[in-house]
Amino acid sequence: MPKRNDIKSILVVGSGPIIIGQAAEFDYAGTQACHALKEEGYEVILVNSNPATIMTDETTADRVYIEPLTAEFVTSVIRKERPDGIIATLGGQTGLNLVMELSSQGILERYGIELLGTDLEAITKAEDREAFRKLMNELNEPVPESDIVHSIDEARNFTQRIGFPVIIRPAYTLGGTGGGMAYSDEQLEEIMANGLYASPVNQCLIEKSIAGFKEIEYEVMRDGSDQAIVVCNMENIDPVGVHTGDSIVVAPSQTLADREYQLLRNASLKIIRALGIEGGCNVQCAIDPHSEQYYIIEVNPRVSRSSALASKATGYPIAKLSAKIAAGYHLDELMNPITKNTYASFEPALDYIVTKWPRWPFDKFDSANRTLGSQMKATGEVMAIGRTFSESLLKAVRSAELDLIHLMPDKKLDGEDLLKKIAAQDDERLLYVAEAIRQKHSLREIHEITKIDFYFLAEIAGIIELEEALKNNSDDDECFREAKQAGFSNEAAAYFTGRTLQETEQRQENLQAYPVFKMVDTCAGEFESETPYYYSTYEEENEAEKSVTPSILVLGSGPIRIGQGIEFDYATVHTVRTIREAGYEAVIINNNPETVSTDFEVSDKLYFEPLTIEDVMNVVRNEQPDGVLVQFGGQTALNLASELEARGVNILGTSLKNMDACEDRDKFEATLSGLDIPQPLGKTAVSIEEARKIARDIGYPILIRPSYVLGGRAMEILYHEEELLTYMERAVRVNSKYPVLIDRYLVGQEIEVDAVSDGETVVVPGIMEHIERAGVHSGDSIAVYPPQHMKESMKKRIVDYTVRLARGFEVKGLMNIQFVIQHDDIYVLEVNPRSSRTVPFLSKITGCNMAETAVKAVLGESLSSQGYSTGLLPETDYVSVKVPVFSFQKLRSVDITLGPEMKSTGEVMGRDESLEKALYKGLIASGMDIPMHGSVLFTVADKDKNEALQLASRFHRLGFDLMATEGTADLFRQKGLPVETIAKLGTGKPDMLDVISERRAQFVVNTLTKGKQPASDGFRIRREAVERGIVCNTSLDTTKAVLGVIESMHFSTEPIRSKAPVMI
Amino acid sequence: MKRRLILENGVTFTGKALGAESPVTGEVVFNTGMTGYQEIFTDPSYKGQIVTMTYPLIGNYGINRDDFESVTPNVHGVIVKEAARYPSHFRSEKSLDEWLKQTGVPGISGIDTRKLTKIIRAFGTLKGRICGMEEETLEVVKELKQTVLSNSQVEAVSTKSQFWHPGRNNHRVVLIDYGAKKGIVKDLLGRGFEVIVVPYNTPAEKIMSLSPDGIMLSNGPGNPEDIAQVLPEIKKLAEKVPVFGICLGHQLLALAFGAETEKMKFGHRGGNHPVKHLVTGRVSITSQNHSYTVKAASLDKTPLKITHVNVNDGSVEGLAHENLPVFSVQYHPEASPGPEDSKQLFDTFQQLVTEKRGITHA
Repeated sequence: MPKRNDIKSILVVGSGPIIIGQAAEFDYAGTQACHALKEEGYEVILVNSNPATIMTDETTADRVYIEPLTAEFVTSVIRKERPDGIIATLGGQTGLNLVMELSSQGILERYGIELLGTDLEAITKAEDREAFRKLMNELNEPVPESDIVHSIDEARNFTQRIGFPVIIRPAYTLGGTGGGMAYSDEQLEEIMANGLYASPVNQCLIEKSIAGFKEIEYEVMRDGSDQAIVVCNMENIDPVGVHTGDSIVVAPSQTLADREYQLLRNASLKIIRALGIEGGCNVQCAIDPHSEQYYIIEVNPRVSRSSALASKATGYPIAKLSAKIAAGYHLDELMNPITKNTYASFEPALDYIVTKWPRWPFDKFDSANRTLGSQMKATGEVMAIGRTFSESLLKAVRSAELDLIHLMPDKKLDGEDLLKKIAAQDDERLLYVAEAIRQKHSLREIHEITKIDFYFLAEIAGIIELEEALKNNSDDDECFREAKQAGFSNEAAAYFTGRTLQETEQRQENLQAYPVFKMVDTCAGEFESETPYYYSTYEEENEAEKSVTPSILVLGSGPIRIGQGIEFDYATVHTVRTIREAGYEAVIINNNPETVSTDFEVSDKLYFEPLTIEDVMNVVRNEQPDGVLVQFGGQTALNLASELEARGVNILGTSLKNMDACEDRDKFEATLSGLDIPQPLGKTAVSIEEARKIARDIGYPILIRPSYVLGGRAMEILYHEEELLTYMERAVRVNSKYPVLIDRYLVGQEIEVDAVSDGETVVVPGIMEHIERAGVHSGDSIAVYPPQHMKESMKKRIVDYTVRLARGFEVKGLMNIQFVIQHDDIYVLEVNPRSSRTVPFLSKITGCNMAETAVKAVLGESLSSQGYSTGLLPETDYVSVKVPVFSFQKLRSVDITLGPEMKSTGEVMGRDESLEKALYKGLIASGMDIPMHGSVLFTVADKDKNEALQLASRFHRLGFDLMATEGTADLFRQKGLPVETIAKLGTGKPDMLDVISERRAQFVVNTLTKGKQPASDGFRIRREAVERGIVCNTSLDTTKAVLGVIESMHFSTEPIRSKAPVMI
Repeated sequence: MKRRLILENGVTFTGKALGAESPVTGEVVFNTGMTGYQEIFTDPSYKGQIVTMTYPLIGNYGINRDDFESVTPNVHGVIVKEAARYPSHFRSEKSLDEWLKQTGVPGISGIDTRKLTKIIRAFGTLKGRICGMEEETLEVVKELKQTVLSNSQVEAVSTKSQFWHPGRNNHRVVLIDYGAKKGIVKDLLGRGFEVIVVPYNTPAEKIMSLSPDGIMLSNGPGNPEDIAQVLPEIKKLAEKVPVFGICLGHQLLALAFGAETEKMKFGHRGGNHPVKHLVTGRVSITSQNHSYTVKAASLDKTPLKITHVNVNDGSVEGLAHENLPVFSVQYHPEASPGPEDSKQLFDTFQQLVTEKRGITHA
């Protein structure tokens, strides 16, 4: 059937902020879908709350709404737009749940909106555990023994019957939030309690554990005429037991014989047909390694993280074709966009192997529990392509940016410690598996512990053999060549042969042992293909020919992680588009399969490669680009600049010298004092002794951080010398190569500015003010545009500083500056000569596409010829806020206190006529359940008590009940506020934990008292609040903002001629 | 040990030795299947051919006792990017290399199989030779150019004498063995048929004397025109009993009714070929292995109608007689290896056999 003409406009629902379990893959899916629908002539209306996406660009849809993804707001969009159809399956679990809610509220029916693609009945059948199990039984498809439970007692009954271990999965949650594996009654109780709470329908599935089975996924597509195909299957190297999002995965499957491959393929197709899916769908299976017994674990009736991976792994664009299917097309009517010669109704054949490696946030969260289980913990992932498993695996390790050059852990372990480590099933397991093989543990022993298939273990053993060979025959060129073919980096080869990197690079050059590039073409070379999508490998024939058009290379930003999120992919995509418009060929290198930038239709040439100097130089050698743009890919790309320049590559935009002057503390200070711009007192230390001295000189509190880091990693505010000493021991290895920066910590208003400069003209699209005072990482602060409390004269000074800094650092392109204002003095905290987290936000609200403007400027089109002049762009009437979003519910034992180290995973935008309205939208969109009445529990540090009192009295005026710990309560009472005293932990009943776990408090305000109350108390309180979904603020500034919102929503109810309210 | 692959166009690849040591000459083809190498290497249709697997990692799950499509391997040579050293699978009994050595099939690994595939795509199927480093390239090329590949592959792989598989029901199918895969027999037996396998050149009268309720024309190697002598026999049979042809059997059926076949540039080999059923519009993903195809235009003057076409290149994938219970497909409904989306064709056949009525749907 060709496309439907009875519908004109379609509403696409996005997935909201980046959180663990829902990352950039939905920007990729949504963007593809919108383009696909527009291409067919439909009017596309998009709603998403995440400004940092390509999807929410004006050009992606006909009308874009950046509004909270709640039934309330989406309904108002619906009322305004009256779309004919809506697509639910492209916005992840968030989008799916939202559309289901709209349907159950009768909104879709009332406004006559048709759900396109997969219908609700199918979604319910796949999502509702009971319905799903019933269907599987009807189809005669095996599912592990399980039960739907609504209480801990029911769960206990099940384990009494079936025994342990069991897996608990809450219904309707994403990334398995709240789930886990229980081996004992105690664990069962804990996980069930969390699971029931996490599930919006208070329902959990408890099932017999099939840990140790092979975990296999099938990505399946079906159209309205019941044609169904498998796009790709994938095998998890980690057997069942680790969430697939946290597993190291290969595609296609490696250890299934054809019989098993077809067995699971048949099951997957049967299920997608029985469900009646129209579009993409993911089927997760488990198969016994010792028989053909298999189980169906789960079905996701929508585009997912796995489908993004499958799309990039095969070249088959699942989301795009899902959108076309939703519009009525059949698979055999759609062309395969890769070959452009064949049709979409076929199954891709790969002639390479893909490895996906997750990226976990444990480098930022020292305290986090690293054990992997049924709840996903990774924030992002990388993918690598090779012609052999070892090549693909070693490329994946390099891509993950773990500071590893090889499948070799940083820290050496041996004996029992090593075996314990590989038994622990954590994020580093495979590294230590390799280590165990290196230390001559038998593959059988390792298999017994890890259940990892012998195939993978033997392949890793092959890598270790090559390491040995390199060590023993360090002069043997054949051996060196073999190692390169197996995917060894030059650094690894240098390490094992005991040579320097330079010698190794020279050797590579002498031998001309360079890789060629092969095409990803969906058909293993069977048909001619038009798609410029390449990967490197050590083979004979090079397929990536340099074209005659001059090209520019853009370095992407790698995996999504805390501190370097989707914002940098947004900038990368705009960079690529602008380069193409300027008549150059845009060549991109990136390794993140979730993103828009790795969609082969975005650039002229896509190289799916690790972002290391060696891998980038391979592409440079092949493409001979006119220049490389590094300022849009975040710190990942920027970090490569100096090594690229050292190898004779032309860095476009701001010069390396000036980038370095921003990063290098001493040069930075010199430049600033030359420009007569103040910065907080500070110095660089290269030893503990020096750090101590500097801290004493400038005085506590101090802000300390290692140089050259991203997202404030390991940055802390320290109040005493003893804290400094612990920090130096714990957090950083300090030496002349890795100095630490020590600054005076200034309490004040933090201001952030993004600017574009061509060296001459400096455009400041906007100034943003942070709600939280300096000390909270800018990425974790609520940013407000335009500033609400700033005098014109202050704005002028900030713009003046910005212009001077841009000129002083000779910035060509983008720059981001952070200021702090203390007592009307402005200090510069940092200058980043690159794209920043706020670029998409600011671009969208000011209408100045900063990345595009900057690229044009870099390519020679001056800002003045683009119509800009130096200074601040006129401010908009609307107020916009950027609100951070955290994934604390997924990360147990992570402290939620905000500080200089970034913790948020994503952001949302709220925009309206007033600050309060904008904040309301932003907070709602970020998932906060703003209480309008109830109780507020205060437990604050001494230094914050007076400020807390102000807030408490405002809460009181709104009718909230107050609760506080002893000291705070006394103060409140003294000032005439009624307050209930709550005991500190362990000093009586009810204590703070009781109040929270019984949900007697709806709002918790908790600030840190350093070095007084045991740190763990505050921690436990905060975690308890997070687990219960209770609003918990660790900054009084945030509380003040939330309070402002609550106040603005309240009508006052005061008796006439009342007594004056409590005055403080 | 190093080994070479030399193509008739002079291109050579140097790789590592795999399998038996003897040199071998054959027609170099590629298969895009990502699993199923054991079935492929034992499929009699590959007689005389050197098969390149486009998927680079072959042998991962070893060789087991179940997945043979014939008793001995039929490929003349095997080309892979990498042969797994340590296969891992609960059914695995030996490694690919061990098995190839035992069965005397030479191979080569470690070459740029994608480059080779693209050469075949560009130049069509080529003759090639897997040999040791000592052979002189120019000599080999000259020889290859002169080599006329055998046209008696069917004879080589067909059974020499007839044999019998008892069935569960009363329906008897005679399977004419042009190089039948075990998978076809399995599917017939699976539906309860009694199966009598006969040599490819068995005369129609002799087959009819076995009182068949249906005839299965099997797959097989090579050019259908090489065994033109069987065509009149097929026609005679088709006029009497329901007939189902697969692959070579399909081509022979077409020729028997007066259609023509031609050699394709590089054929279809793999498990991902989309085939559209013209009546229902439904597309199935099919397993394929053929170098020759039925010319669509040549069917006009025959009683055969096209029922299936290839979605990508439009080639003929299925035929049915306009009034006899006779039909055929170019692809492999028995899969083994590959997708099992078309197994219902055996049900259709069963229905025809059972009812001995005209074709209702194929």
